[in-house]
Amino acid sequence: MFNAASTTPGKLLQMLAALLLFAAIMGVILFIAGRLGRGKRGDKWVGYLYLAPAVLLLLVGLVYPGLRTIYESFFDAAGKGFIGFDNYKTIFSDKDELTVLRNTVFWVVLTPFVATAIGLLYAILVDRSPFESIAKALIFLPMSISFVAASVIWKFMYEYRPDQGNVKQIGLINQVIVWLGGKPVQLLIESPLNTFLLIIVMIWIQAGFAMTILSAAIKAIPDDIIEAARLDGVNPWTMFKNITLPSVRPTVVVVLTTIGIGTLKVFDIVRTMTGGQFKTNVVANEFYSQTFRADNQGLGAALAVLLFILVVPIVAYNIRQVRQSSEA
Amino acid sequence: MSTVTPLTTGPDLKPKPETAASIAKKKLSSPWASLAAIIIAVLWTLPTFGLLVSSFRPERAIKRTGWWTFFSDPQVTMENYKAVFGQDGGVNLGDYFINSLVICIPAVLIPLALASLSAYAFAWINFKGKNFLFLAIFALQIVPLQVTLIPILEIFVKVHLTGTFWTLWLAHSTFALPLAIYLLHNFMQEIPATLIEAARIDGAGHVSIFFRVMLPLLTPALAAFGIFQFLWTWNDLLVALVFAGGGNEVAPITLQLANLSGTRGTAWQLLSAGAFVSIIVPVTVFLLLQRFFVRGLLAGSVKG
Repeated sequence: MFNAASTTPGKLLQMLAALLLFAAIMGVILFIAGRLGRGKRGDKWVGYLYLAPAVLLLLVGLVYPGLRTIYESFFDAAGKGFIGFDNYKTIFSDKDELTVLRNTVFWVVLTPFVATAIGLLYAILVDRSPFESIAKALIFLPMSISFVAASVIWKFMYEYRPDQGNVKQIGLINQVIVWLGGKPVQLLIESPLNTFLLIIVMIWIQAGFAMTILSAAIKAIPDDIIEAARLDGVNPWTMFKNITLPSVRPTVVVVLTTIGIGTLKVFDIVRTMTGGQFKTNVVANEFYSQTFRADNQGLGAALAVLLFILVVPIVAYNIRQVRQSSEA
Repeated sequence: MSTVTPLTTGPDLKPKPETAASIAKKKLSSPWASLAAIIIAVLWTLPTFGLLVSSFRPERAIKRTGWWTFFSDPQVTMENYKAVFGQDGGVNLGDYFINSLVICIPAVLIPLALASLSAYAFAWINFKGKNFLFLAIFALQIVPLQVTLIPILEIFVKVHLTGTFWTLWLAHSTFALPLAIYLLHNFMQEIPATLIEAARIDGAGHVSIFFRVMLPLLTPALAAFGIFQFLWTWNDLLVALVFAGGGNEVAPITLQLANLSGTRGTAWQLLSAGAFVSIIVPVTVFLLLQRFFVRGLLAGSVKG
C-alpha cells in the first residue's frame, strides 16, 4: 500500500486503505485514552496522548525542516561546503537577483493597496443594492479558483499575434489596443510592463477577498450613526471619509497585511505565465528555480529563509492589529 | 485570523430592509455608483467569460479570431472537452482529476481529525506545558512552505515514499495542522464549561465527551476549515510540483494544467477546456457553501 498506484481503482483503493489505517491509529489512541484512569493524573496523560500525533507531524514536517533549511542556507550549491553568508550576499548583489528583489517589492507594494482599494470601493457601491449577493459573487469567484487557472485565463487575455495584414488578435487587450488605433504589443515580454500585468492577475484574485471582509465590516457599522449623519445632510464623500473609513480602518489594515503575506509567497502566477523569464521573476519563484532547476540548494535555501524573514514582521503587525480590533 | 471578532462573516445573502440611510444614499449617488459598480463587475467577469466561450469554439476559430466574434459567428463544439479527456492528445485530464480527488479527501480528513483531538486537549484538559505548546503551534502558522520543502523531500526519499500519494497526504496534513488546531481550539473554548462538567458528573470520560458533546457542536467549525483546506489542496501547485512528479500517477489537475500551459502554451483549445475542468470543483464548492468558505478564508488567510 506504500507503492505507487497507477490505475483509478488502485488509487481509490489506496486512498481507502490509507483512511482505514489512519482510522485504526485514531482508534488505538482513543482506546488507550479511554483506559487511562480518570482524575487529574489520568487527565494529564490523555492530554499528551491527544496531542502526540499532531506534535509528531509538526516536529518532523515543519520544525525540523525549517531549522534544517536555515542551516543549509549557509552552504554552497551542492550543500557540502560551508560558505557563511555568501548566499545572502549573492541575493543582494547579483544583477538577476536584484531584479527579483525589485519585482517582489512591486508585487508586495502594489497588490495589497490596489486590491484593497477596489474591494473597498466595490463593497460600498453594492452595499444594500438589490443585486448585492450576485454582484459580490462575481468579484469573489476568482478567489476560489487556482492561481494556475487564473493565470491561464489571463494569459489568454494578454495573447499576442504579430501585426501582419490578415492576422487577427485573439487576446482581448491587444484587440482593444488595435481598435484604439495602436499596434499590438508583446505584453508578457516587454519589461517592466509584464511584471505589472502579472500583478493585475493577483489583484484580480485578491480584490474579492478584500471586498468580502470589508463588506462585513461596513455592515457592522451601527445604523444610527449613518442615519444621524444623513439627517445632518452629510455628502457621500464626507460620509466615507469621516464615518465609513474610520470605522473599518482596523479591518483595512488586516486585509492589507493578509494580502501582503499572500503576495510575498506568490509563485504559481509567475511560473505559469512567464516562467520567471523576461525579468518577471520574484523571490518565491526564484526559490523554486534555484532549488529544482539550477540545483543550487544553498541559494534556494537562502531565498526560502529570506521569504520567512520578510513574512515575520507583516504577520506580527497583522496579529497586533487583529488583537487591537477585537479588543476595541 | 479567526480573532477578527467584530466581523460577521459570510456574504450577506438577504439584502437588508430599506432604511432611511439607504434611501438617502440612492438619491445621492445612484447613477454614478451603479455605473462604477457595473464597470468593475464587467472587468472582473470578462476574462473568465472569454475563456469559457472559447472552450466551446472549434480549434480553428479560437486560433484565428477573437472570442468576441462568437456572437456574430456562433460555432459550438464539445471537441475541446473531449480532447482534454481523451487518450490521444496526451492530456488525459481525467486521470489528474481523479488524482486531485484522491489527494484532497485524506488531506482534509486527516488534519481535521488530528486537529480536533489536539484542540480538545488544549481547550479542556490541564497538563504541564500547555500554554507553551499552544503558543508554539500558533507561531508555526507563519512558516512559509518553501522553508520546509527540501528537508521533507529528503525524508521522503529516505523512507521510500517518493512518487506516491503518501507524500502529498502527509505534507498537506502537516501544513494544515497549526491553523486547524488554532481555529478549532478557539471554537471549542466557547462551548460552555457547564456542558462538559455535566457530562463528567454523569461519568463520561474524555473519549465520550469528545464524541458525544464536542463533535456535534463543532460541525460548523469543522465544515469551515474542511472547505478551506479542500480548496487549498485542490488549488495547490507548489507542494504538488515538489512531491508528486509530473506523471499521471500522482500529480493533481493544477499541475497538469500548468504543464500544459508551459509546453503547449498556444493550444488554447486544450487550455481553455482544461482550465474549466479544473475550475468546476472549487467553483461548485464555493457556490454551495459560500458562508462556510468565507469563514474559513477569513480564518486561514495567513496560511501557506
